[in-house]
Amino acid sequence: MLGIIGGTGCGKTTLANLIPCYYKATEGEVLVGGENVRNCDLDQLRRNIGTVPQRAVLFSGTIRENMKWRDPAATDEQIIAALKTAQAWDFVSRMPDKLDTRISQGGKNLSGGQKQRISIARALIGKPDILILDDSTSALDYATDLALRKALREDMAGTSVIMISQRTTSLRDADLIIVMDDGEAVGMGRHDELVENCQVYSEIYRSQMNEKEDGSNVQNA
Amino acid sequence: MFKTLKRVFSYARPYLAYFVMTLLFAALGVSLSLAVPVFIGNAVDCCVGKGQVDFEKLGKIAAQLAIIVLASGFFQWLMSLFTNKMAFLTVRDLRADVFNKLERVPLKYIDGHTKGELTSRVINDIEIISDGLLQGFTQFFTGIITIAGTLIFMMTINVKIAVVVVLLTPLSFIAASKITKASHDSYIRQSMLRGKMVGLAEEMAGNQKIVKAFVYGDRAEERFREINREYGKIGTKATFFSSMTNPTTRFVNGLIYAAVGLLGALGAMGHSAFVGAMSVGKLSSFLAYSNQYTKPFNEISGVFAELQNAVASAQRVFDVLDEEEIPDDSGKEVLTDCTGDLRFSDVCFSYTPDTKLIQNFSLDVKSGMRVAIVGPTGCGKSTIINLLLRFYDIDSGKIEISGRNINDITRNSLRSSFGMVLQETWVFTGTVAENIAYGVPDASREQIIEAAKAVYAHGFIKRLPQGYDTIISENSGLSQGQKQLICIARIMLMDPPMLILDEATSSIDLRTEQRIQKAFVKLMEGRTSFVIAHRLSTIKTADTILVMKSGNIVEQGSHSQLMALGGFYSQLYNSQFAS
Repeated sequence: MLGIIGGTGCGKTTLANLIPCYYKATEGEVLVGGENVRNCDLDQLRRNIGTVPQRAVLFSGTIRENMKWRDPAATDEQIIAALKTAQAWDFVSRMPDKLDTRISQGGKNLSGGQKQRISIARALIGKPDILILDDSTSALDYATDLALRKALREDMAGTSVIMISQRTTSLRDADLIIVMDDGEAVGMGRHDELVENCQVYSEIYRSQMNEKEDGSNVQNA
Repeated sequence: MFKTLKRVFSYARPYLAYFVMTLLFAALGVSLSLAVPVFIGNAVDCCVGKGQVDFEKLGKIAAQLAIIVLASGFFQWLMSLFTNKMAFLTVRDLRADVFNKLERVPLKYIDGHTKGELTSRVINDIEIISDGLLQGFTQFFTGIITIAGTLIFMMTINVKIAVVVVLLTPLSFIAASKITKASHDSYIRQSMLRGKMVGLAEEMAGNQKIVKAFVYGDRAEERFREINREYGKIGTKATFFSSMTNPTTRFVNGLIYAAVGLLGALGAMGHSAFVGAMSVGKLSSFLAYSNQYTKPFNEISGVFAELQNAVASAQRVFDVLDEEEIPDDSGKEVLTDCTGDLRFSDVCFSYTPDTKLIQNFSLDVKSGMRVAIVGPTGCGKSTIINLLLRFYDIDSGKIEISGRNINDITRNSLRSSFGMVLQETWVFTGTVAENIAYGVPDASREQIIEAAKAVYAHGFIKRLPQGYDTIISENSGLSQGQKQLICIARIMLMDPPMLILDEATSSIDLRTEQRIQKAFVKLMEGRTSFVIAHRLSTIKTADTILVMKSGNIVEQGSHSQLMALGGFYSQLYNSQFAS
């Protein structure tokens, strides 16, 4: 798991946008599986990447239809497994129509946290090689967030997860964390190393620690 | 239907004078225009043949004709003036009633309808009533006068040909209605497909990034192509039929015209015993009438369609007006000396009878106490707010503020004793100062600045281009956190004895977040506060913690009490150390 952290507008999303080649790098190169993304077939490239955007967007149609976006041939078993990993099956299974529940335009009939979880599950179908989570757990309470991260680690073992976040707690167990500040990477390393060596990271960490005393929060949205 | 019509016209009653004027001028204008063919006929008869033109008489007739046409035009102008006056004043009243009604219905009603639906009732439906009912009525009335008038004039000229006209006219309507029905069905399908197409285009174009990320482009195209193909097919059909209507009716009308012309000409030449003798001038007046006679029929059938639409719209508007209102509480006591003491005794509440939510909840909050509400996502924090502010009423038990039951005081005075800062901030288009002074419109600039300073908002406001006079709006580039600070300053200035705060701050940068946190602490000093808490420091220092889970208050007590209890709260708390 790769973590990207930094304040609002520091370039976290921009960095992630370079991977599926929404924008081409002006200089240097982005390699996926050893190949420059400029030279990749874009559709092929994007099929291997699961994306969860910052704003959870669902489309009008049933939950099943939404879940089939990555793969129109996805089976109900695959869909349910993905929903389970994303901690969404719990509430979907309790809906009277389950996978056939209709989502209104813009997903207005779901709560923010529910939309986020379905939008995460949607990206997991077919186990992509790369999964990009762009600050997409902000509406989840702490316990759900934790369970989600645990499930991702277990169920998506072969997938490289890129997690963008504003919170150090969400990235604690990342293999590598990139610290962004004003469009630049100012630090790179594991959590413990960064606390020691990276000024920006340790500042963020300490301020989140002080504020919440133990660096975490009881969520309640 | 008639009940609805009657009710619409009851709104028009104050403007009865305009209505009478409309009818009067319509009658005058139409009958004058009906007289025109008579004069034309007489004029034609002045030109009997080569060298046999009575120029003196012709000049006179021309002058009379000019006056009549001008007068008729003038009266018809007056008619539409008064129709519009009546229509606009009537719907103005109706619109005001609906708008005021929306302020008086319970929140439950507003929550249960989409914004678009309610807006559509206030704006579109009322527009349709104005077009269909009020203006349609005038069209209907002038149509009837025209039909009756032309009929009488035709009868006076030649009864036999008049009967032929009356007998032949239905042909044109039968043809028109057959075609209209076919095109109407296609149009309905077409507009349905259009809705689907717009919806799809909006979703796909608006979320391009996701479409790209999921390589959905081809499938979206295929879906669009399918709808588009169907739309094209239906559209062609609808257009084909609807463009047939005009030529067909014209063709039939042309046939009738030709028949009348032929019969009349035979009469004028004295060849037909059936028609009888008839002058060329009379024939030309007659032809003009037979032409005018058919026109209002089409208009009237159009009016009927609009009328049906309008009645349906009126029914929707009246449905809103008939919605049950929040009972008037102006006679109740006004809460003036709120101390900030608050007591829940055996409160039970649920939104629907079959899912019980809050049961036998009791809590004694002394002035200045801090109550933290915690629980996982979707636990029902807004329920507490809904009950405190009486957006919903409790089922049993009672809530008292300063010793008075909240059901016995006016809603306005109850709500104004609370200051509320939620995650969804709200600023309106206006200056920063106006936004802060929203609750206290007569606050002085010094008071506004003082409030802003107290909640750490002064610094960033000062740096705005025009300081406190900078015009801001929902999308004016202020960050979420800055908007929140303005909302906090607003409450600071209002100085309410009680607070409802939501600590949740997503997508706010760290420094602003800390500032907001400090502002909250400042705001809570000496005030009874309910805090939807996200921070451990807030929770630990709260006098009482309400732990909520799926709508219920499952535990209550101080941090140490709840930890000792070892229940849901301690689980929630411990889950934080698990990573």
